[in-house]
Amino acid sequence: MSGNTTTLAVPAAPRPKLKPAGLIAIGIWIAVAIAFVFYFVQAFDVTLIERFGMKYLSGLWVTVSLVAVSFVCGAIVSLPVALGRMATNPIARALSFAFVYFFRGTPLIAQIFLIYYGFGQFHGFFETIGLWWFFREAWYCGLLSLALNTAAYQAEILRGAIESVPKGQWEGGRSLGIPRLVIFFKIVLPQALIVALRPYANEIILMIKASAIVAIITVYDLFGETRQAYSRTYDFQTYVWAALLYLAIVEALRHATNWAERRLTRHLKR
Amino acid sequence: MNESLTLLGFGSTGWGDDLARGVLVTVSLSLATLPIGLVLGFLLSLAKQSEDALLKLSADIFTTIFRGLPELLTLFLVYFGINAALKSASQATGLPDIALSSFVSGMVALGVVFSAFASEVFLSAFRAIPHGQREGGLSLGLGRAKVMLLVILPQLIKIALPGLANLWMNLLKDTALVSVIGLADILRQAGIAARVSREPFLFFGTAIVLYLILTIISSFAIGGIDRWTKRGEVAK
Repeated sequence: MSGNTTTLAVPAAPRPKLKPAGLIAIGIWIAVAIAFVFYFVQAFDVTLIERFGMKYLSGLWVTVSLVAVSFVCGAIVSLPVALGRMATNPIARALSFAFVYFFRGTPLIAQIFLIYYGFGQFHGFFETIGLWWFFREAWYCGLLSLALNTAAYQAEILRGAIESVPKGQWEGGRSLGIPRLVIFFKIVLPQALIVALRPYANEIILMIKASAIVAIITVYDLFGETRQAYSRTYDFQTYVWAALLYLAIVEALRHATNWAERRLTRHLKR
Repeated sequence: MNESLTLLGFGSTGWGDDLARGVLVTVSLSLATLPIGLVLGFLLSLAKQSEDALLKLSADIFTTIFRGLPELLTLFLVYFGINAALKSASQATGLPDIALSSFVSGMVALGVVFSAFASEVFLSAFRAIPHGQREGGLSLGLGRAKVMLLVILPQLIKIALPGLANLWMNLLKDTALVSVIGLADILRQAGIAARVSREPFLFFGTAIVLYLILTIISSFAIGGIDRWTKRGEVAK
């Protein structure tokens, strides 16, 4: 047996054939890319960057800070909502279900309009209870509606993640005499958060995209600055810049999530 | 209270008929966008599974771009970008001006976004169908098209339905964005009524209730479709 060393000729892997459909499709993209570069070279204007560069950066900062703050506020609000969804008390269940259904079933832009324009109608009332400074500012109104909206989505993410942890984990903890609160924070939540990581990251991406809506109520976030720049110059490349910035943020987040997921689940790999 | 009822009523004193027309516009935009998004998304998911690396790459580029851009920005890019391109094209060729209406822009932008997300839903549904189904169909002498139509597609719809239902809800809500570029949908009609009557809370509240009604109707309809796709399974 050992002398028999004739090697079987390994058939060469078939070279991938270029098919017309793929060539046409990639051809279209290459054409788009060339047209884009051509357009940019031709339309590129240094004065535009001098005029609006800093504004775009400040808009970017407004977008990022708005999303960050409302994501954290939403996370805080989502915890009782998620617990209410899983509670045995019918009133808590009904209330949290209504909250989630309301914010997930209606457009964010309508919620923002209701809070910014609709609550403005009760100007006098808010002034007497000393909250008018809050509802007067578009930024706060955008923040409130984004936070409530994401709270509804995050509550569902959290509920799904907590319910994905097997019941035996709870029972095991109980049989060891660990208090329920400790079981929740030390045993169930860490496992649930691994499941929830990707949905949470998706939620941040969705929020960055949705936050462009606050530009409509005069918040100068990235999209708001873009709209202003366009209305001053009627130069279409202002929108293209914004598109590139948004794509860059979203792609960076997506890759960061993939990396974080690989890192956090490395103990589960075999 | 009575005043509010008059404002929401039909006829010349109220805004009921305007809001009703808005509902019609919202529903027709969503229903007009759905087939575009579904067909394009299905084709994209086929491209993503193809052995042709270039086709796969092209589909991935498409998804990356339109999943990553804010819907509002996509809408503006389509509305201003395509209209500017059409204008310069008509000036160059001397053809009469054509411009995309806000309805058509909305259809294009939301359809493209829908298809980018739908392609992922279809792709994971395709992966959930065992290979043997295809092979079994082929070994019975069915053609490739027939295997797709009679064997794969019925199972695909069943698996993809929850994901597609989510996308439909998103689509229905995203149509509200088209009001920003002037489409007379629920939100825009409510905004006009709010400005004229100085009752923004009433009208934006009504708009939200109308959207809620639409989503509730949708979830009932989706429940019906879901039961229909599972008609072959054992009743529980």
